[in-house]
Amino acid sequence: MTYWTLTESDLDRIAIGVGILGTGGGGSPYQQMLMAKAMLRRGKRIRMIRPADLPPDAQIIGLGGIGAPTVGIEKMEEGGEGVRVLRAIEAHTGRKVDAVLGDEVGGGNGIYPMVTAAELDLPVVDADGMGRAFPEVQMTSFFVYGQASQPAALSDAEGNTLVITNAATPETLERIMRAATVAMGCTACMTTAPMTGDFVRRFGVVHTTSQAWTLGDAVLGARAAKQDPIAAVLREADGSLLMQGKVTDIERRIAGGFVRGSLTVTGLDADAGRCIKVDIQNEYLVATEGDRRLVMVPDLICIVDAETGRPIGTEEQRYGLRVAVIAIPAPPLLRTPEALRAMGPRAFGYDFDFIPFGRSAEARAVAAYTRASGTPSTPLIHSGELP
Amino acid sequence: MSGLVRIGIDVGGTNTDAALLRGRDVVATIKTATTADVTAGVASAIRAVLEGSGIGAAQVSAVMIGTTHFLNAVVEGRHLRRVGILRLCGRATHAVPPMIDWPEHLRSIVDGGAALASGGVNFDGSSIARLDTDEIRAACRKWRAAGIEAVAISSVFALVDARMEIEAARIVADAMPDASISLSHRIGRTGLLARESATILNASLHVLGQETVGAFRAAFAGLGLFCPLYLTQNDGTLMGADYAERHPVFTIASGPTNSMRGAAFLTGLNDAAVIDVGGTTTDVGMLVAGFPRVRSEGAEIGGIRTNFRVPDVFSFGLGGGSLIEVSPLAIGPHSVGFRLAEMALCFGGDTLTATDIAVAAGLVALGDPARVRHLDGAFVNAAIKRMKTDVEAVLDRMKPSAEPIPAVLVGGGSVLLEGQLQGTSVSLRPDHFGSANAIGAAIAQVSGEVDRVVSLEGTTRVAALEQIVNDARARAVEAGAVEATVTLAELEETPLSYLPGNAIRIAAKVVGELAA
Repeated sequence: MTYWTLTESDLDRIAIGVGILGTGGGGSPYQQMLMAKAMLRRGKRIRMIRPADLPPDAQIIGLGGIGAPTVGIEKMEEGGEGVRVLRAIEAHTGRKVDAVLGDEVGGGNGIYPMVTAAELDLPVVDADGMGRAFPEVQMTSFFVYGQASQPAALSDAEGNTLVITNAATPETLERIMRAATVAMGCTACMTTAPMTGDFVRRFGVVHTTSQAWTLGDAVLGARAAKQDPIAAVLREADGSLLMQGKVTDIERRIAGGFVRGSLTVTGLDADAGRCIKVDIQNEYLVATEGDRRLVMVPDLICIVDAETGRPIGTEEQRYGLRVAVIAIPAPPLLRTPEALRAMGPRAFGYDFDFIPFGRSAEARAVAAYTRASGTPSTPLIHSGELP
Repeated sequence: MSGLVRIGIDVGGTNTDAALLRGRDVVATIKTATTADVTAGVASAIRAVLEGSGIGAAQVSAVMIGTTHFLNAVVEGRHLRRVGILRLCGRATHAVPPMIDWPEHLRSIVDGGAALASGGVNFDGSSIARLDTDEIRAACRKWRAAGIEAVAISSVFALVDARMEIEAARIVADAMPDASISLSHRIGRTGLLARESATILNASLHVLGQETVGAFRAAFAGLGLFCPLYLTQNDGTLMGADYAERHPVFTIASGPTNSMRGAAFLTGLNDAAVIDVGGTTTDVGMLVAGFPRVRSEGAEIGGIRTNFRVPDVFSFGLGGGSLIEVSPLAIGPHSVGFRLAEMALCFGGDTLTATDIAVAAGLVALGDPARVRHLDGAFVNAAIKRMKTDVEAVLDRMKPSAEPIPAVLVGGGSVLLEGQLQGTSVSLRPDHFGSANAIGAAIAQVSGEVDRVVSLEGTTRVAALEQIVNDARARAVEAGAVEATVTLAELEETPLSYLPGNAIRIAAKVVGELAA
């Protein structure tokens, strides 16, 4: 079993990649990237592990931030939130946690679990439950394929920690977590029910940290070589360029706690005369050209700066930006009938069914895993029951 | 400002511009080369503009200076002092230590040691942890022993409740009587790390601030000027010299703002594109209701992220000194810069510059036209057209919509652009276009700004808005505004997502006329 041990420059690449995979939402990964770098500077290590290398009975939890982004940039993390959540789940289940992951690779949560993993020297699984960003916590492949909704746990910067051992419905759980988050000062770390290695291997969206790294590496590599970062991204992402153009119209409103609206991109140069409309609900949902729907959720619509490849979030879109609209097929796991019920067009209120874009494939793991590490590999499972 | 005589000065990298206004009339403008000794350059610019206008120093009622001096100090890492950093946060925020995102060369100069101490409040004003006097005193002892003379204090949600920062400042002042203390709630906006970085920068510039403002005062006395001195800040409004001395970081992005405000003043247009063509670069920005549109993300200063609101300006390498390559045609981004007067063909040099193209095309009379007569007419036309289309492309990406809007051309290099620009309803080059920046400084107003997250528990939205606008007004008056002239310039209300609707972030800015 080999690990991929991250460096600061890997984190720079991953931060760009999780921005692209954020499909316009997911929040800025900047603060999480700084936190992860701070851990490396303290001499800690961040080790990634492929899902295929997980023992079937490994115990894994997902970690992520919950709360208001405006609060999160002021009352920043203490650093031990994830550790407390993890210990609370261990105490409740009587079972040691062997590895962590992020439920959402897109945006800041794509880096979030690395901080706790570094503190405890646990591996981070190179997989998530979305392969992108989604607006709601339960829109994950894990949940679709049967992850229990409890126990769940929360912890804040001051050490307040809460375990929810039972909630009547997933909606009730969500309500309780939100209320607790407000009482915790509106920013906290959360986890949902633990999963086994076998479950994550079968139902995790695999190698999405690898995918983020590959995208970020393509962008930074092209910039350094003064080449086209868009072409580099397309080469690496199995993605397609829908169009290069400029934003000619943007309409946004806050409704029900979400940013909703649409934006229009008008083609330039080779794409002159074309026009694509992209619907927004926190993320980019559906791209339409005339009366033809080109791409729709859960397939990824990523919009990046046409010159630099920098991902552009829904909130910073405005008239005149030169952008490339890129489509990346969602992995097979998100395209099954049960997944589409939770994250297909109808889950977002559209009255049409999912039409797939391009060829769906799982992301590839980075080459760093296969390089001989020199150190003998250590068994992942240290123990079963807690002592 | 009827009849009052004001002098505006803009100290740029290449030129120092000065303008003398009587009321709303521009009486005289001059352009001199920026000198290594900024104060001497400013003094000679003032002397020249007084001579040019025939007005005596005693009649001048105010001098306004916009300077890149402090920005250059940060960019070059010179004149910066070490700073002790006090963050009031309790257990929170430890995962993101102070200065973590600073470039190493600046961090090593400025970092005087950080103390993450008990304190801070939540978004709703409840305290995270109580202030601990002994803990702060212990940090002060360390800083004193290390010879630190500046302290930056930042507290979690200081913009909700600043009392802990103020109390901590009292404790620090007691333990370090000679220290210069910068408080984050007076410096930056919501976002602890960026606000803290700006506060540290401010503290680091404190000696340079005192020295520079002190030198300006001395120069004024030498010129027989006894009027108040103001510096222009990032949003184009003024701060008094006493305030500027303690808040040098507020001057750091004032340059583009002054040009745009000057363009609005010279044309009477409040909503327009402003195209400022200098010697090396062209800045394109948008005026909205008389003020520059600001960037959505904060300013990066010498590689340090802050959350100052700065004009949303697109800069690219086109200016009067831009190098021209003939085959294939290429313009900029390299420039002869301040050496235009010796290197350009029309001035007897051997370098083909954008200015030579303008002279050959007859757009401007400069130097010796005979020296550019050999240039091929078709080539000159192609170069003129290219410069125009380059500007038009940038203009299009900066415009708020596809609708044509008026454009104002300012800066000495704007003579490169001929005729109406595509996408504009009209393209104006007003009188005194070359000194719009200095004029913008001369007519600057005084502002007050407050940015705060408020909980609506136990209050109403209207009452919360009123409180914040009143606090902003008080700050404007403190900065020198006449109370009766203060009006609301910006009011931004952001509901905090994922919350049950009881917390909002409100940012208010007011502006008023300077007291005579």
